[in-house]
Amino acid sequence: MFSVFLQFLFSGLTTGAVYALVGLGFNIIYNTTSIINLAQGEFVVAGGLLMWFFVESIKLPFIISAILTVISVGIIGYLIERLTIRPVKKADLLMMIMITIAVSIVLKGAAMFAFGKEPYGYSPFTEGEPLVIGGAIIQQQALWVMGITFLCIVFIYLFFNKTILGKAMRACAINPVAAGLMGIDVEKMITTAFVLSAVIGAIGGIAITPISLMEYDKGAMLTVKGFCASIMGGLGRGRGSVIGGFLLGIIESLTAGYIHSGFKDAVALIILLAILFFRPAGLFGSKEIMRMRRF
Amino acid sequence: MLQIVNITKRFGGITALSDVSFHVEKEEIKAVIGPNGAGKTTLLNIISGMEQPDRGEVMLAGERITGLPAHDIAKKGLARTFQHVELFGNMTVLENIMVGMHRRTSSGFLSCGLRLPTVREEEKGIRQKGIELLEYIGLKHRADEPASVLSIGEERILEIGRALATEPRILLLDEPASGLNEAETFQLSVFIKQLRDEKGITIVLVEHDMSLVMNISDSIVVLDFGEKIAEGTPEEIRQDKKVIEAYLGEEEYVS
Amino acid sequence: MTRNQFIAILILLALVFVFPNIFSGSYILTVAIFSGINAIVTMGLCILMGYAGQVSLGQAGFYGIGAYVSAIMSLKYGIPVLFSIIIASIIASIAALLLAIPALRLKGHYLAVATLGFGEIIYIILNEWGPGGPSGFGNIPHFNIFSIEIKTPYQYFYLVWLIVILLLGFSLNVINSRIGRALRAMHESETASASVGINIPELKIKVFILGAIFASIAGSLYAHFVTFLSPSGFSLFYSILVLIMAVVGGISNIWGAVVGAVIITVLPELLKNFREFDVLAYGFILTVSLMFMRKGIVGIITEKLGEKRCSR
Repeated sequence: MFSVFLQFLFSGLTTGAVYALVGLGFNIIYNTTSIINLAQGEFVVAGGLLMWFFVESIKLPFIISAILTVISVGIIGYLIERLTIRPVKKADLLMMIMITIAVSIVLKGAAMFAFGKEPYGYSPFTEGEPLVIGGAIIQQQALWVMGITFLCIVFIYLFFNKTILGKAMRACAINPVAAGLMGIDVEKMITTAFVLSAVIGAIGGIAITPISLMEYDKGAMLTVKGFCASIMGGLGRGRGSVIGGFLLGIIESLTAGYIHSGFKDAVALIILLAILFFRPAGLFGSKEIMRMRRF
Repeated sequence: MLQIVNITKRFGGITALSDVSFHVEKEEIKAVIGPNGAGKTTLLNIISGMEQPDRGEVMLAGERITGLPAHDIAKKGLARTFQHVELFGNMTVLENIMVGMHRRTSSGFLSCGLRLPTVREEEKGIRQKGIELLEYIGLKHRADEPASVLSIGEERILEIGRALATEPRILLLDEPASGLNEAETFQLSVFIKQLRDEKGITIVLVEHDMSLVMNISDSIVVLDFGEKIAEGTPEEIRQDKKVIEAYLGEEEYVS
Repeated sequence: MTRNQFIAILILLALVFVFPNIFSGSYILTVAIFSGINAIVTMGLCILMGYAGQVSLGQAGFYGIGAYVSAIMSLKYGIPVLFSIIIASIIASIAALLLAIPALRLKGHYLAVATLGFGEIIYIILNEWGPGGPSGFGNIPHFNIFSIEIKTPYQYFYLVWLIVILLLGFSLNVINSRIGRALRAMHESETASASVGINIPELKIKVFILGAIFASIAGSLYAHFVTFLSPSGFSLFYSILVLIMAVVGGISNIWGAVVGAVIITVLPELLKNFREFDVLAYGFILTVSLMFMRKGIVGIITEKLGEKRCSR
């Protein structure tokens, strides 16, 4: 019994890791621009599909493929910001929401056009015997996913708290005008935020595809669940969204395992609605800060 | 008419208002003055129901209105304007006035959708009263223009007009002279007095422009750091040492 | 509604009467029927978003409720179609109430995602518990009033488009009335609206219910025409499609809802040979419309007409 529980736990941690990364991506863009990028999940999809393309279709070595994928998705993030976000800076929030939705549809359509509707996969990073802990079987790839996610989290934390660039980006979110007056190139910060978010999403996609395969339309659900992770922790708080992501993954996995797999997606939605309705500041957020947000 | 009793309001560690109490008599023009950050706008927000006090009561004509939502307080005859004009820029000048009459009318979704005869009657009445009101405030010539094209002086007048459309017993004005030049301010002072004299509306005026305040107020309340430090006639306030120290300075005020 | 709007409605009425006699092919009529059904949903969204300023990415949920409830009531319980449609609208209204009350404090992104979540939950419910699950079910009774069946494309065209015109008239009346002004006021400034006595929470709930009822009626009309339902047509993608229709047509103008619905319904039929393109094309159209044609087609036309009038 316990080993079954552990099994669900680990599988939940694995998917939760991807949610945490998506949530992190949300936070990066939100912290710099106050925009919620509803196309965030598409970066993950792009990462997985492009990685397949480089590894299986062109047959490039693994590391090179990974680097190319990350660069490609980073470029996608850059293009999105330059082409659709920057020109409409003055637009109201409603418009921004709809634009990011539109972008997500374009990306999804492009994925469908280029890759069709079938699922794609490639071999795990390392082949080998799965680990057995307490009766639960853990794929090596799952460890890769969690390890990579952990590294990303550490990197992002260091970036935003210890580097000048990171701190400059945080300043932009709090007060873009003041930041600009301090000599910070706000536009460049915003672009960097998008590129960084895209890269993180792509990394998540690259890591998770060997386990759960990647299809053109997985983006929307990832976006919703990543957003859920993000607000569980309180929008804008990196640590919170990471915890939120893992928590969500675990709850989802346990629900699918013990209750009914059809409800797996409903879990995230119900948690999302519950938080939005009853505690929009998130589990770790504070009500005062909520009131001061631009919306 | 209006009683403010021991109002206290804190925001986190900051005490915006501390035990503030005063009365406003019927058809009185009462000014609330004080340095920036003294809590004047917070006070108006609490009276109009946009915020709730931590302690204290607000009574309107003997009835307790503390804790009621803003729209209910509006229905009881209290109207207000805002420090940063909050007009409906997406509508015409006339429509802004017509919205003001919302509380005086009652057709709902269904009857409006079906355009029942009662709705048509009501609509005619709203439009007519709206035009009359526009004429009264001198903006009839701008009736069908979008509210967003008005000058700041006209905007403030329109906002007062919209408040008047609710047929209030008492009107709260939040820095109505802000952004107006001397001539416009004078016109405003005449207008406010007219509202009291002709329509019998009680006025509570938050204002920085001392000439306006000294000119038309019947009495003045002075706030500083959330506390009431003085209350009295313009003469008394002008000479009150505490007030001079905190706010007025040694300048002379010509009335 | 104003005199001009009334004339426009009469023109539309005339067009509707004439259309099936010119284009009597069953395929074209069917596309026209779907355009009309989508127009009804889009009108509801238009009032919700364009006038009242409330985002909703969950209209597919109410559309689905309208379709499934009406179908189930008439099929499994033998309730006359007309009453089934009414029951479906009532249930959709209750759902809207359940969504709107907790969502009252939400704005912008939060509201968008909350409505999105709501729509998805309805979809999952339909998928898990709807008759036939993901495969759906058929044999839904045709639309009938007092034993008169309306089922051929020719007949259904009139049914749907007459309802479109009725609801359009209703919407125009609401928009030009006290309620319409209150909605627009609420959109612009909730504080100022409350200060003149507008009950914001009540208004928000009511307008959400309105949007839900429109979508529900459309869903019911859909169900009794195609007589077969599966959850796939009621997913997030439909909600976004309706959004695209509203934006392309002009979100601040109720006529835009009709125009946008027609355009976006007809478009895929024209692009039929480029099946793999369609999602990409939708995304592209929406992006371009949002960036360069923010007022939508109808919005731009009314602007041009307005300019012409001023320059005289």
